[in-house]
Amino acid sequence: MSTNENTAPRRGKAPAGERVADWADGRLGIYSLAKTNMRKIFPDHWSFMLGEVCMYSFIILILTGVYLTLFFHPSMNEVEYHGSYIPLQGQMMSEAFNSTLHISFDVRGGLLIRQIHHWAALIFLAGMFVHMMRVFFTGAFRKPREVNWIFGFLLFVLGMFTGFTGYSLPDDLLSGTGVRFMEGAILSVPIVGTYLSFFLFGGEFPGGDFVARFYSVHILLLPGIMLGLMVGHLILVFYHKHTQFAGPGKTNNNVVGMPLLPVYMAKAGGFFFLVFGVITAIAAIASINPIWSMGPYRPDQVSTGAQPDWYMGFSEGLIRAMPGWEINLWGHTLVLGVFIPLVIFPLVLVAIAVYPFIESWVTGDKREHHILDRPRNAPTRTAFGAAWISWYFVLMIAGGNDLWATHFHLSINAITWFVRVAFFVVPVLTFIATKRICLGLQRRDKDKVLHGRESGIIKRLPHGEFIEVHEPLSQEALHTLTAHEQYKPVEIGPTVDENGVERKVKGSEKLRAKLSEAYYGDESQIPKPTVEEYKEITSGHGHH
Amino acid sequence: MKKLSARRRHPLAAVVVLLLALAATGGLYATLAPASQAKADDTAQSLAIDEGKKLYSVGCATCHGTGGQGSSDGPSLVGVGAAAVDFQVGTGRMPAQQPGAQIPRKKVIYTQAQIDQLAAYIASLGAGPSIPTKAEYGPDGADIAKGGELFRTNCAQCHNFTGKGGALTHGKFAPSLEGVAPKHIYEAMQTGPQNMPSFPDTTLTEQNKKDIIAYLNAVNGGNTESPGGLELGGLGPVSEGLFAWIFGLGALIAVAVWVAARTAKAKKS
Amino acid sequence: MSSQDIPEENLPAEQDAHGAVSVADDKDPFADPGLPPHEHRIQDIDERAAKRSERVVAMLFTVSMLATVGFIASYVGIPHDKAIYVFPIGHINALNFALGLTLGVALFTIGAGAVHWARTLMSDVEIADERHPIEASPEVKAKVMADFKQGAKESALGRRKLIRNTMFGALALFPLSGVMLLRDLGPLPGTKLRHTLWSKGKLLVNMNTNEPLRPSDVAVGSLTFVKPEGLEEKDEDFQTQIAKAALMIVRLQPENIKDKRELDWSYEGIVAFSKICTHVGCPISLYEQQTHHVLCPCHQSTFDLSDGARVIFGPAGHALPQLRIGVNDEGYLEALGDFEEPVGPAFWERG
Repeated sequence: MSTNENTAPRRGKAPAGERVADWADGRLGIYSLAKTNMRKIFPDHWSFMLGEVCMYSFIILILTGVYLTLFFHPSMNEVEYHGSYIPLQGQMMSEAFNSTLHISFDVRGGLLIRQIHHWAALIFLAGMFVHMMRVFFTGAFRKPREVNWIFGFLLFVLGMFTGFTGYSLPDDLLSGTGVRFMEGAILSVPIVGTYLSFFLFGGEFPGGDFVARFYSVHILLLPGIMLGLMVGHLILVFYHKHTQFAGPGKTNNNVVGMPLLPVYMAKAGGFFFLVFGVITAIAAIASINPIWSMGPYRPDQVSTGAQPDWYMGFSEGLIRAMPGWEINLWGHTLVLGVFIPLVIFPLVLVAIAVYPFIESWVTGDKREHHILDRPRNAPTRTAFGAAWISWYFVLMIAGGNDLWATHFHLSINAITWFVRVAFFVVPVLTFIATKRICLGLQRRDKDKVLHGRESGIIKRLPHGEFIEVHEPLSQEALHTLTAHEQYKPVEIGPTVDENGVERKVKGSEKLRAKLSEAYYGDESQIPKPTVEEYKEITSGHGHH
Repeated sequence: MKKLSARRRHPLAAVVVLLLALAATGGLYATLAPASQAKADDTAQSLAIDEGKKLYSVGCATCHGTGGQGSSDGPSLVGVGAAAVDFQVGTGRMPAQQPGAQIPRKKVIYTQAQIDQLAAYIASLGAGPSIPTKAEYGPDGADIAKGGELFRTNCAQCHNFTGKGGALTHGKFAPSLEGVAPKHIYEAMQTGPQNMPSFPDTTLTEQNKKDIIAYLNAVNGGNTESPGGLELGGLGPVSEGLFAWIFGLGALIAVAVWVAARTAKAKKS
Repeated sequence: MSSQDIPEENLPAEQDAHGAVSVADDKDPFADPGLPPHEHRIQDIDERAAKRSERVVAMLFTVSMLATVGFIASYVGIPHDKAIYVFPIGHINALNFALGLTLGVALFTIGAGAVHWARTLMSDVEIADERHPIEASPEVKAKVMADFKQGAKESALGRRKLIRNTMFGALALFPLSGVMLLRDLGPLPGTKLRHTLWSKGKLLVNMNTNEPLRPSDVAVGSLTFVKPEGLEEKDEDFQTQIAKAALMIVRLQPENIKDKRELDWSYEGIVAFSKICTHVGCPISLYEQQTHHVLCPCHQSTFDLSDGARVIFGPAGHALPQLRIGVNDEGYLEALGDFEEPVGPAFWERG
């Protein structure tokens, strides 16, 4: 990029690449776009790549999914099997199952693509979960990124349903059992449940329609919406610029890292191939969803150990742990044993989705935040997140209660009872424990700032006392450990105005004051070291 | 039951078992020796019953009663048939180590010859299913696919798609069928050991049982192919999910750490 | 919900506004020292090291090319049904394994090469980029508001209420056509969930043998699954019919049956219960012959078959429906009618 003799553009005589770019610029304005984005800065941190894991596995899902549609027949017509898998010869099965067997055994590489598709789906959802937790625990959801948090959340939820409709397509005995569960859950909806079920299945279960209907939902409707959301998500990431952890030279008004061209072009581009490569290798090594050993779906057959894919596990747990309540009144049935879990299912997800809005209401903070929190420095948020995860995992344990029972020699009834209690107790305990751990870590940081790092060097003083030498921290470390913000609890302002007239304190105001006290009161954060404290200690008035 | 297990742990127990085994071998030799073969079959049969009775009174009578009539510790054995004995003793479930929700499979402590003698004795107490022959449980003439359908209808609900086992109520479980001898599978279907319901020939024909055994051998035998790779226990989505999290996401995070890490700096000289 | 009333001083101090590099001094020992100076990598100062990196990257890309060749060779050369034994994975399909590994290596080495290149040979000088507030400046906002007001005024939407109201009406109504079009997704439920294929005189056909069942076939402690006479696996509506009609037959000692109605509806201790769980419809059939409990493998609802199949554990809300059975003139077991209540999961109209 040497600065040049000719200031006037010599369009036409330039090299071919430049001429193409010129052509595109004249029609699309790519130079202006590149000006802001080509050297866009991305900070280096492994946890910032979790979102990329999701994006790339989504792309892999689309690529492999398109290949699978070339061979899959979304039809429930019953046919007799005559492919190359011996143990199913002559069995009656739907065309959907038949064509999935065909892909697995008679299309060269078909099994590989099927397995890549399914493994990528599990990893996609797991990646979104971890990515979402990264964003949560570092407070990256704060203004201006709330909308992107919601986009991401919707992607996770839609991903769950895309996954569900996807693994139901082969019409095997396991997925069919899952669809039957879904039908039962829909039937439990008061008043309209039966109608919804008949409309969804084109009549009575299983009918002959649901595979074709799930197919268009799975390959068109949901992925279409998700693609749109993902593009929006990415545009916003570019627009907001990436967040970063506190550190020397990193402020709320800059972003420090490597430029898109060339470093992140190579790193992120390369990462796509790395993700694809790892998932492909897994698909070569480990079997997933071997539908041939499950057999075709029949509503009168079942296998033990009937579980959904992991991301639906918590809903399975909800339904397994629920007691069988049923109310019969005036000729109608309220199937609480199924309907309550059906209602809690979205609530579990919504609980984490709305958290950013609750926090921003409690703090009343309207500024932009681009510096990430260390989880310990937001103890209440961290404790809430940990409690939510523990809740989610308790439900996953319930979803696999039969396997825990056989593999750990426990009683399935005992596990179910454990979960019924743990559903309420474990999140509370996790909340308390996490908050205490966070405060402990804050204290340690404070100690490090004030007294320096334990050097491991033991020194004997002339009078015989042994002490450990503490090394003072570098200025970089001092800055990093004290860069976080600490809020003060909101107080309910004066209840009497200047004229002595009592004003009415709104309930919401009281609630906010209480929450704010719980968030930022003395019990909930360790005041970070002040300059005065630091000076007093470092100016030589004794150690400890 | 407790008495038995206490005795079984006695230092001399092994000696006793050894002596019994020697005696039984001698007895067996006597029955099978060419000289006695010339005698009538029923003599051999009654000899076996006698030997079986002796074995029974040492190993089984404590719980099942001296005449097989049963007690508070064990059910009556009258009419259970030779097949039940061959299954229970041949898979090591009997003699039981301790009472519990379920008597598990363990090391077999009797020889097949002794088991046959025990079976002969129990069969003499009352008519019941006899030990199946190889022609009944062998692979000849079996329809694997039909066996698969029958397995999914009758067995998979407890034993899983391919016989990996599963949970029942209050700590009971349907055991894995991996490595179980075809004869024992046949006997289990026929006799319904412990909490397993029976599938007598009147409702599940001999041919049906043969088909089921052939199917199991095809999908859960020693040489069963798992085309896609690691079977992950054959347990379905739970183990797949764990694998995806630990090895899939784990590997990707390890890669991400490498991608994002700072490159080593040149050391200051 | 407004936060206007939170006093500013409760918010923590804004971080220094310009990201200025400041030196720690007596006033603020915690001040931001600014970006640390760039340190060179070995590759930056030693050309031999850089060459080594270059060779590694080139080697990775070459491995990728070879792996792709290997993929094509495997695709052409390995029969699709060949099994091999690979320790410790087991007996697996050779083609899947070869294709997956070669493709995986081909992809992974492209990525590894690119990343290694970026990490060792591209500049690793950290760059700081300024951020700008997302919020528009007050001038821009004022301009937009003014434009909007102008546009709104020109549209006359506020003034001509008739247009506004009818337009909203039209926009609100037209999606109803779409909703109407969904009507034919399925028939109305009617009483379909209340009836099954069972009716008086239908024989109980053993699903294993496809033969009608006699009482003597059913031993105490055995478990048998039956379907209604006339229903064949090749029938068009087999799946939908068996989803309701599947039946399990067990035989108890009559004196073990605690429920009087169960005893009345049984035949010599032979009882017939719906196989479809009343929770969400899994085929429930994990029968423990000693306890007479039957467990659902999906959600662990447990029913006591010796006591009217009442629920003793788990999320099911009511007992399994029992089918009344008897014996016909030829000595075969037959149904004495349809189920008296709907089988399967409960629903609003069940009552």
